[in-house]
Amino acid sequence: MSRISLKVDGVRYDDDVDPRTLLVHHLREHLGKVGTVVGCDTTNCGACTVLMGGKSVKSCTVLAAQADGQEIETVEGLAGKDGSLHPVQQAFHDSHALQCGYCTPGMIMAAVDLLAENPEPTDDEVREGLEGNLCRCTGYQNIVRAVQDAAAVMRAEVPAPRDAGTEPMEGTRGTTSPAAEEVAR
Amino acid sequence: MTTAEAGPTPQVGAARSRKEDARLITGRTMWTENITLPGMLHLAILRSPMAHARITHLDVGPALEAPGVIAAFSGRDVADVQGSMPCAWPVTEDTVVPDYPPLAVDEVRHTGEPVAVVAARDRASAMDALEAIEVDYEPLPVVLGMEEALAENAPLVHGDQGTNKCYTWTFDSVQAGTGGDVAAAEADAEVVVKRRYTQQRLIPAFMEPRSVVVDPTGDQITMWSATQIPHILRLMLAMVTGIPEHKVRVVAPDVGGGFGGKLQVTPEEFIAFVAAQRTGRPVKYTESRSDTMMSGHHGRDQIQDVTLSARRDGTVTGLSIRLLANMGAYLGIVTPGVPILGAFMYNAIYKFPAYRFECTGVFTNTTKTDAYRGAGRPEATFAIERAMDELAAELDMDPIELRRRNWIKHEEFPFTTVATLTYDSGNYEAATDRAMELFGYDALRREQAERRRSGDRVQLGIGVSTYTEMCGLAPSRVLGSLRYGAGGWENASVRVLPTGKVEVITGTSPHGQSHETAWSQIAADQLGVAFEDVEVLHGDTRTSPKGLDTYGSRSLAVGGAALVHACERVVEKARPIAAHLLECDPADLEFTDGAFRVRGTPEAAKTIADCSLAVFTSHDLPEGVEPSLDSDATYDPANFSFPHGTHLCATEVDTETGRVRIRSYVAVDDVGRVVNPTIVEGQLHGGIAQGIAQALYEEASYDNDGNLLTGSFVDYLVPGAPDLPHMVTDRTETPAPDHPLGAKGVGEAGTIASTPAVVNAIVDALRPYGVTDVPMPCMPERVWRAIRDAREGAPEGSERS
Amino acid sequence: MIPAQFEYARPSSVQEAVRALAEAGEDAKVLAGGQSLIPMLRMRLAVPSTVIDLGGVSDMRGVRDDGDALAIGAMTTYADVIRDPMVREHAPLVVQATETVADRQVRHMGTFGGALAHADPAGDMPSVALALDMMFDIEGPGGRRAVPAGEFFVDYFTSALSPDEILVSVRVPKLPGWGTHYEKFNRVAQAWAIVGVAAAVRRSGDTIEKARIALTNMGPTPVRARGVEEALAGAPATAEALASAAARADEGTAPTGDVSASSEYRSYLATVLTRRAVAAAAGIPQDG
Repeated sequence: MSRISLKVDGVRYDDDVDPRTLLVHHLREHLGKVGTVVGCDTTNCGACTVLMGGKSVKSCTVLAAQADGQEIETVEGLAGKDGSLHPVQQAFHDSHALQCGYCTPGMIMAAVDLLAENPEPTDDEVREGLEGNLCRCTGYQNIVRAVQDAAAVMRAEVPAPRDAGTEPMEGTRGTTSPAAEEVAR
Repeated sequence: MTTAEAGPTPQVGAARSRKEDARLITGRTMWTENITLPGMLHLAILRSPMAHARITHLDVGPALEAPGVIAAFSGRDVADVQGSMPCAWPVTEDTVVPDYPPLAVDEVRHTGEPVAVVAARDRASAMDALEAIEVDYEPLPVVLGMEEALAENAPLVHGDQGTNKCYTWTFDSVQAGTGGDVAAAEADAEVVVKRRYTQQRLIPAFMEPRSVVVDPTGDQITMWSATQIPHILRLMLAMVTGIPEHKVRVVAPDVGGGFGGKLQVTPEEFIAFVAAQRTGRPVKYTESRSDTMMSGHHGRDQIQDVTLSARRDGTVTGLSIRLLANMGAYLGIVTPGVPILGAFMYNAIYKFPAYRFECTGVFTNTTKTDAYRGAGRPEATFAIERAMDELAAELDMDPIELRRRNWIKHEEFPFTTVATLTYDSGNYEAATDRAMELFGYDALRREQAERRRSGDRVQLGIGVSTYTEMCGLAPSRVLGSLRYGAGGWENASVRVLPTGKVEVITGTSPHGQSHETAWSQIAADQLGVAFEDVEVLHGDTRTSPKGLDTYGSRSLAVGGAALVHACERVVEKARPIAAHLLECDPADLEFTDGAFRVRGTPEAAKTIADCSLAVFTSHDLPEGVEPSLDSDATYDPANFSFPHGTHLCATEVDTETGRVRIRSYVAVDDVGRVVNPTIVEGQLHGGIAQGIAQALYEEASYDNDGNLLTGSFVDYLVPGAPDLPHMVTDRTETPAPDHPLGAKGVGEAGTIASTPAVVNAIVDALRPYGVTDVPMPCMPERVWRAIRDAREGAPEGSERS
Repeated sequence: MIPAQFEYARPSSVQEAVRALAEAGEDAKVLAGGQSLIPMLRMRLAVPSTVIDLGGVSDMRGVRDDGDALAIGAMTTYADVIRDPMVREHAPLVVQATETVADRQVRHMGTFGGALAHADPAGDMPSVALALDMMFDIEGPGGRRAVPAGEFFVDYFTSALSPDEILVSVRVPKLPGWGTHYEKFNRVAQAWAIVGVAAAVRRSGDTIEKARIALTNMGPTPVRARGVEEALAGAPATAEALASAAARADEGTAPTGDVSASSEYRSYLATVLTRRAVAAAAGIPQDG
């Protein structure tokens, strides 16, 4: 057994773990942080992405013992204490950047990491920056849009107004022809 | 239906953002794998490393000695109780349906087949103990290819069946009385295009690995499963194991994608069921990604021989399809039926006067095939859309012009096709015109000509795909005529709570499709309540007792209609109560703008909430009125619905390396009236992405011994964000005449349409080299070989100058 | 998938690490960033008795100016390599190739030395090491030794490291006046290279003075394209000369076939990519 101490989403945990325990299993099975999920066993899908020491890692490819002394942030720790969503979470919601939602925790954490390094990415840079995260539902298009919108918010700019939705908070897609706008992009 | 002008904002048609998201973006989701129960055991399954072998020795004894192990058993140990996995769709009277034990008993027939299971106190101990199980195999000959399997003296997948043929199913328009004879058409044809296309094997690759938890400790045995089909699963558990149906409860909690891959009842579900009963304790099994790739069902895997007969003016006179469909080693829930769904779609949007289809299902030593997004229809659409491009090339005609000459004109709907279906509505002209405009078709053709002229290393290709599909599975009578084991209806019920809040219970079972949002929009409009005041319940046979679940783009097309009808019944039940409260005759009331109003005096109004409180107290209800506003409705569609669209793809092909880059992609789809345009667009994005993935990236392949070479995401290339293009999507809207909302269905459209658009674009880029096909996935080497082979075998003049 | 059980040690110095490795015996595995090892542990393709985690050896991290070379600590992560101003200035080829490795998450954990010690011929770092003629500083019970890149890669997943040795740092020559380029060809962004070409070229006016070219995934080890190098030495810096030189890229290679590419295609691709890589490195315009 290895003695490890982690700070996860602001809470400190001290545990004895079997050295073979993967960080993601430690999070899920010992600490109850089931918001972070496992999607593969070859470090491809990125569903298990968390921030370790402020940088994105695939928690299925980190031993819990390797993480000793580190600060971990998961999707469960992103929102404010008052429940206010992180701009990336909000943008994923507003842009319909998720369907089944299984890749979403990892995708959001990867996006948070990307924007921390590159606050004003191009669409191609967003795509490249998320290359470690697979999504089977969205074709990534709305994810790219969400990350761009979040970036704009995080740069403290007012996001460009889009077609009117049913309410300002939720306005997303135009109801008839988004295509013209897309062609223009 | 309400037509609100001044009342509540109509919800249907609005781009509402999703209710589902709140839990999904914060990590508060209930995946099956998140469930932990007191005393729960973890299962690990030993799988066959052999594609075909006799099990000569299997002893789980040593595993029982391993630390933490509570139970272990093999197929032989449970042979009497485990039953045989069900196939609900034997498509012909003589379809061969082999015995399919969840745990192999004597013989294994594909790699990854479960042979033994360990139940332990923790997951790691269960996995460790697998290594202690003793098992010996005597190899048997392996057969992998379909044509090889049908050859004389081929090794048999199921020795006791005497054949590898599962069935042969035919359709002929002469016999059906819908058209002429294809042989005659071919004999008389001025042009005949014969092509063979291979639909490679695909892996659905939903992101959430399948997981199952079984709790045997209550009066009802409860199974949580990452499934698309909780209702069908419950019925199958009862029918296969003999446990009375009412003693089984199945829950599909949050489910992380399916794409047909979770339209299955799985050996692992049955193994967990048996393990829970044997141990008397809750058990959980969660598969690894490699498990699911190796032994979860695959999709496609067909060989298509296409013969298209035509006149030189482009009029197609006959279409003949001969299909081989790989079943794999066993039959899953609808394995034989998947290619048959395609049978009705090869004639696509065209007025072909003669059609023949013949499909032979074949057993091989591979994991079974079954539904994957589109299920039969993408294969059919690919074959016909590829062949139409080949015919256009043969005739030196623009591919869109060829399609125009053959397609059903919008004024000709409803139109009964040569394959017997009656297409409800559509406007192919409008969708195509819009797509061409967005795409800049003429400008791209000019650029293509210029690149050809200059001998550019990177050639430009334009691919066309005009598709339709049948969705809204399905009219029960049609399913019956195709020997499917169930109906195609769907159920919805509505409960109005005392405070006027509403619970909608649906028999559909979403796993990413946004039913909680869309169904709320529908119910809000129908009942005049707020979107936020509707809760949609699903996926638990205890709360949603009746349903046929989610697949085949059916949820809105069938389940949405059931919901509208259930809401209408609530309104009718409320009417006498409202009349009583307003002291008027029920006949004088109209339900508009979300409330009952007396005709002519719209200021006096009673809402559903007013009625629900009156019902709750029941102090003053009219004589003979039942104190309930609840209702349910089961809807059996009279017909399928037929979305359609035109997808255009431009590819740049590096003729030196064979690399393909999608330069632009335009999709104009007509899915009828739209409940939520954001959700529809999302479905199209994802669908198109999966179709592109078939065209360019994905293929499940086996080595000669039957080992899966693409057993992880390292080798099975699911595209990432940099690998997919930005898509331009738009819609035309031709309402479905038979649907109360005019909706058609959108879940599979993108996948069906996109694959041929991409491959047509690649082939179009390379036509000057003499290339007429590139097998899928069109990976760089295959494109390079196609160019090289065409150059080597090409007649003069096809070489670029 | 869960690894089989193993003992775990986390030394805090190179000496401790070497000692721990000696004590653990032949079945021990050294864990650097773990981005290759941990998947193998999970699939139980590697079943070590002991895992020696170098994550605590802080003096194996970082980049140091070493005169004519940069010394990159073996435990420096890919991400830190990419960001390092000295590497960006003196070894742009390393930066360019490292940026193509896997994805951000993997680059945050994966290490420069780990990738080289893993000796995967499909990895991007080994051919870059070869093209740049890096020098490997290795420490074992017998002390420290230096091995040039040309002798470091022995076979598939096999390096010159003895089971009791640790790769401590790698010296990367600065190569002033050379142009470099890494040309990677893969089927999806995440995938391993079908073929990769690392090229370093020194031009003298209109002539190519010297070229060093190494190929990724063209055999059991990264391999120098010696034929191309010979042909380019002293050749005019023209597209024609380059094309004829690059045609020799597959000489002495032994590529295998897999689901993404046959050996024949790899051989062909090596010639095309070599031409493109050298053209980019040497600034030779290409047609089309």
